[in-house]
Amino acid sequence: MEAKKIIVCDTDKCSGCELCEYVCSIFHEKTVNWSKSRIRHVRIEPTFDIAIACRKCEEPLCIKACPRDAIITMEDGSVKVEKDKCNGCGWCIEACNFGALKLDWDKKVVFACDFCEGEGGPKCVEFCPYDALEFTTLDQVGREAGVKAFKRIIEELE
Amino acid sequence: MKGYTGKFLRVDMTTGEIRTDTLSEETARKFLGGYGFVAHTLYNEVPEGADPLSPENVLCFWTGPVAGTPVPVSSKYIMGARSPATGFIGFGIASGGPASELKAAGWDGIVITGKADSLKYLYVQNGHAELRDASYLKGKTTWDTEEMIREELSDEEIRVSSIGPAGELLSCLANVTNDRNRQVGRSGMGCVMGSKNLKAIAIRGTGNIEVAHLDELLELCKDLYQRCRGPATEKYRVLGTPANVLVHNRLGCLPTNNFQQGTFDRAEECSGERMLETMVKKVMACPSCPIACDHINVVKEGPWAGAVSSVDYESLELLGPNCGVSDLGAITKAVQLCDTLGIDTISAGVTVSWAMEAYEKGLLTREGTDGLDLRFGNDAAMVEAVRVMCLREGKLGALLADGSARAAERLGKGSEFAMVNKKLEWGAYSLRSLQTATLGFATSVRGACYLRSGSYQPDVKGTVDRYALDRSRGKVVFDGENLYAVIDSMIICKFTRGIYKDNDEFCRVINLVTGWDVTSDELIKTGERIHNMAKLFNVKFGAHRTDDYPPPRAFDEKMYDDVSDGAIILREQYDEALSGYYEERRWTEDGIPTKALLEELGLDVSLGV
Repeated sequence: MEAKKIIVCDTDKCSGCELCEYVCSIFHEKTVNWSKSRIRHVRIEPTFDIAIACRKCEEPLCIKACPRDAIITMEDGSVKVEKDKCNGCGWCIEACNFGALKLDWDKKVVFACDFCEGEGGPKCVEFCPYDALEFTTLDQVGREAGVKAFKRIIEELE
Repeated sequence: MKGYTGKFLRVDMTTGEIRTDTLSEETARKFLGGYGFVAHTLYNEVPEGADPLSPENVLCFWTGPVAGTPVPVSSKYIMGARSPATGFIGFGIASGGPASELKAAGWDGIVITGKADSLKYLYVQNGHAELRDASYLKGKTTWDTEEMIREELSDEEIRVSSIGPAGELLSCLANVTNDRNRQVGRSGMGCVMGSKNLKAIAIRGTGNIEVAHLDELLELCKDLYQRCRGPATEKYRVLGTPANVLVHNRLGCLPTNNFQQGTFDRAEECSGERMLETMVKKVMACPSCPIACDHINVVKEGPWAGAVSSVDYESLELLGPNCGVSDLGAITKAVQLCDTLGIDTISAGVTVSWAMEAYEKGLLTREGTDGLDLRFGNDAAMVEAVRVMCLREGKLGALLADGSARAAERLGKGSEFAMVNKKLEWGAYSLRSLQTATLGFATSVRGACYLRSGSYQPDVKGTVDRYALDRSRGKVVFDGENLYAVIDSMIICKFTRGIYKDNDEFCRVINLVTGWDVTSDELIKTGERIHNMAKLFNVKFGAHRTDDYPPPRAFDEKMYDDVSDGAIILREQYDEALSGYYEERRWTEDGIPTKALLEELGLDVSLGV
């Protein structure tokens, strides 16, 4: 089985442009509507930005929270909300630790990131002008964090 | 009609009535959006002779066709009204969330008249708009106002454009702030909001933004995003606009000590390079921006520890070297005071530098400054002067609160070194060592302004003799103004102007968004029409040739510094260049559009001669 890949955000590089939200909505909704983006930008003043999408949790709290069993796990570890079962109660949104789920203002159902299934990788990652987003495995994330930490130590020693 | 919602809000602050009006396709095609809509609305709706602070003045908030689309740096809006600072057309453009949110809420713009009997804010959300009580926001800073409105309405995604105490106190320098760091800065739009008892406009939209050819537009945008990461924008991304400090210092055009000199001996200490090294915590972007120029300073130590603000070249230069100040901590603090209390950093810097010169010349006494030792280079005095100016506090605050031209009037002296055109303070470009720039600034419809034509560019690039003027400079300003009128009406960020191959590609963006088939020649003609509409507003309010001159310092005193020593503008050369500009514009020698021109542009010929 392939290691699961998620969208990670380098908060030093993320500038808060929100183009990931624009692009996501265009590919999924065929219109521009950032409130329907699967990825969410969060800014904490004065200087912190991050974009967050589904983390593919091993035991997704959103699934546990759903009283109608409307959320299922897909083969790649992502979650899918079955629209005809969802009644928009939003318990899953409350349960998610990352704020990765959203309620569609018009259809009143919840939606989640599908990692642009069948598109050869997430479009937000492809379009991010700052290279802040990466579609990668947790193994790779850990390795890169280690390299970064070690580089910092070397710099300090020098 | 794609790219537009085709609707705008009309708000009467006096009666509280709010209704939706229609934006016709004819108006959209003729005036495009943004600056064009402001000029069109104000010309048609501000009654003759209406005082800028009266209920009759019209305050408008407009977006353009690209707001809310993925076009690079397109989430921009403009606010306009008859300016209390100049008496002519006033407007300012800001990036940020309010523009795209308004589009998503279902409107292209808001036109506000009247005056409320108590402090209110306008809340706009998805097809709904209401005036709400803002008494709990009285005297609050812009940053607090944003937070408090979001908290009151339990919605963190609301975008807010608000005024600080300075706007409530009707300072002619008052600005409007959104997203903390973005401002409708110039010509006193915050003052007009204050005069209408309008503390803020809070907007939230979740609707679709309709674009004519979305797939093609996105394909083009992907390419444009890459270009935004290339050499054309490197300056803005790396050092930000403060990169200009050392460049201008080398060229002898860095205004120092109220524009007396063009070089600053401590320029290194407040350079963009030094700022990046010691102050910048993060470089941030506005919504839809692939460039990110917003350099956020956080002061870690010293007397200004804890100060936070986004510092760009104009603010840094005019509150810094132009006041003889090089301490980046003090500059960061002063910018924060301006942004939160609500005045324009450019006008603030030039007003303080005027006061410093008046103080050093003995025209303004220590009693008049409330004991402040207001000499050039006194960091703490600069910061304190900014604070009292914002709050109209004490003798000094009362003197300076409405800018340098009015301060000189109140003092009864010092008007010869008030660095203004149409009573609006000059940007951070020397007059005598950048003479094409000076022609462009002085002919600007909203008063001294570097953003109307980019007329400093040929001077800085060295494609003209920047120490002299001739008739041909008129065309430089004319071409710049027409193109910039289009940019300001679309509205996109001027920092993206270098990423487009040519005007045809510009045109393609508009056509993909709107579904039109406009040519670049037609587009530039539209820019000319828009600029003339703005000029007609000024003519309606009494503009003449005499309003298009730089301050006396340009003609009467030579510069003294290492690079531009002895530089001065010869009055007869300026007269000639100004006539050249009018001729290019097909205006009379008094700067009035001719009937033939207005007819050709499809404008009201009654004011032409």
